[in-house]
Amino acid sequence: MSILKINNVTMQFGGVTAVNNLNIEVQEGKIEALIGPNGAGKTTAFNIITGVYSPTKGNVIYKGENITGLTPDKITKKGIARTFQNIRLFKNLTVLDNILIANHLRINSGFLSCTLRLPWSNREERHMLEKSEMLLDKLGLLGLKNEIAHSLPYGEQRRLEIARALATDAKLLLLDEPAAGMNPSETMELSSFIHTIRDEFKLTIFMIEHHMDLVMEISEKIYVLDFGQLIAEGSANEVKNDHRVIEAYLGVEEDA
Amino acid sequence: MIDKLNNKKTKSSMNILLIILFASIIILLDTDTIGDNYIRRVLNLSAIYTIVSVSMNLVNGFTGLFSLGQAGFMAIGAYTVAIFTVPLAERAKIFYVVPQNPVLAQIELPFAAALILGGLLAALVAILIGIPVLRLKRDYLAIATLGFSEIIRIVLTNAKSISNGALGIKSIPVMPTMWVFFGVAILSVALIWLLINSSYGRAFKAIREDEVAAEAMGINLFKHKVMSFAIGAFFAGIGGGLLASLLATVDPKQFYFTVTYSFLLIIVLGGMGSISGTVIASFVVTAGLEVLRFFDDPLTLFGIDIPIFRPGFRMVIFSLLLMILVLFFRNGLLGQKELSWKLILDRLKRNKRTGKGGTAQ
Repeated sequence: MSILKINNVTMQFGGVTAVNNLNIEVQEGKIEALIGPNGAGKTTAFNIITGVYSPTKGNVIYKGENITGLTPDKITKKGIARTFQNIRLFKNLTVLDNILIANHLRINSGFLSCTLRLPWSNREERHMLEKSEMLLDKLGLLGLKNEIAHSLPYGEQRRLEIARALATDAKLLLLDEPAAGMNPSETMELSSFIHTIRDEFKLTIFMIEHHMDLVMEISEKIYVLDFGQLIAEGSANEVKNDHRVIEAYLGVEEDA
Repeated sequence: MIDKLNNKKTKSSMNILLIILFASIIILLDTDTIGDNYIRRVLNLSAIYTIVSVSMNLVNGFTGLFSLGQAGFMAIGAYTVAIFTVPLAERAKIFYVVPQNPVLAQIELPFAAALILGGLLAALVAILIGIPVLRLKRDYLAIATLGFSEIIRIVLTNAKSISNGALGIKSIPVMPTMWVFFGVAILSVALIWLLINSSYGRAFKAIREDEVAAEAMGINLFKHKVMSFAIGAFFAGIGGGLLASLLATVDPKQFYFTVTYSFLLIIVLGGMGSISGTVIASFVVTAGLEVLRFFDDPLTLFGIDIPIFRPGFRMVIFSLLLMILVLFFRNGLLGQKELSWKLILDRLKRNKRTGKGGTAQ
């Protein structure tokens, strides 16, 4: 069953067509990837799914519901959460605060009852705290909960960003280049980490990635984008041998 | 010895000691045992500045909205208190050019009710202003809020049947005790502190840290910005109401936009994002401006007139002090930290290690 469907989406910025007639169907429970050379429109596609941009044409369907044109916060409430290409943590706040903030979207108490520490809002706050600590524990970050986010090592900041996205109770996780800037061993760790969270939290993962070894290893389906156009889709092997993909990445061979 | 001080029991007893000390100072001042009217007035003014500065820090320092509308919201609070608390018998004498609006002329409210009403009206106006203006960011937001603050002032200057125009409103009942000012200040600061340390406060901080990420985490930016802006305006209104009662008179000139800069100064000095820093800076700046009056008086040393000691000189000194402070304490007094025994003891410890005294970095 598909959890996310992108139907004929086109995105134009003035005269530039960043994404052209894109069709993608992400299957529930799978790890799928979107790849392509720089400037192919991958992040634009992510921004359309998460509501940062509203597409010029086409629509985005999440769990059978049209979410095109909703603001990012509403889309996150529906269960899609993302990470960013260049880490965007709440840098000067603690690890725990970063996670707690991601719990705020489901709060029921109003600001007055929270300010006055009324019993039901205290209960809610306690529940948030327990839930956040449990999540940090599962992801091996509990020991760092009182550290300031920007003081963490790079790999851990990446993990914290994923943890923060999970804290919104997301069912579909969009990872924008999760392995960017990581060395090979960190990349391997990340790969098993992504597998673990998928199974543990019953997630669907859709990611943009440049590290081909990571993509080829963990994705069950790969979409290849070039100049805003989908040029191939399929399993790792299918994509690897597609001549259009090779052309896009390596250029066309010219006869001398 | 410092380590001995660093346990919970001593800390809480030190806190209790401080509270008793604070309360007895206020009681002594209140009963005229120590100090005089001038000192009481400066302290009350500091308490009012504390409320408004902390409310401004909520918006600027914690939510990251560069708003300069505080003077306008104060004016709304001040005028509400003025309009509704002046005794009915005095009204005709005050509104002698243009008679007071017949509906308002019949209403007299107790001070507490007028004060809260002033806060609520300020918050309401903030919501109305916030809906268009909070779509802007950074300096654009600052300019727009500054403009609205001036609009409020000019409306008050011209709505003569409500505000008595440029003549202002006199004979506002004066509060008999300092506890009114300090009580409301303590309550306001406590409420803002509780708000900032709740889930909503964390959402505000998230918006300050990174709007894009905050929105991606499901925080409705607009709703939370308007909320912070309106709560900030509410407390500015309360501060304005207290100011009306302290001075016993309001007129539009008191709420010129330059007033906002004093609060901006205080929060920058105390630390954007530090409540205790703002409280300290409010008292230091308000009292400091008074202490520096010494420089405004002509000074004769050994029979020679020192020529630069003349009215206005204190502002030169004040500005110099500010420049030094901003140069050496870029994040203000406390940055985003809060004052606590731990912070003080850690600093003492560090100074002890590095030899005697030593300056904070």
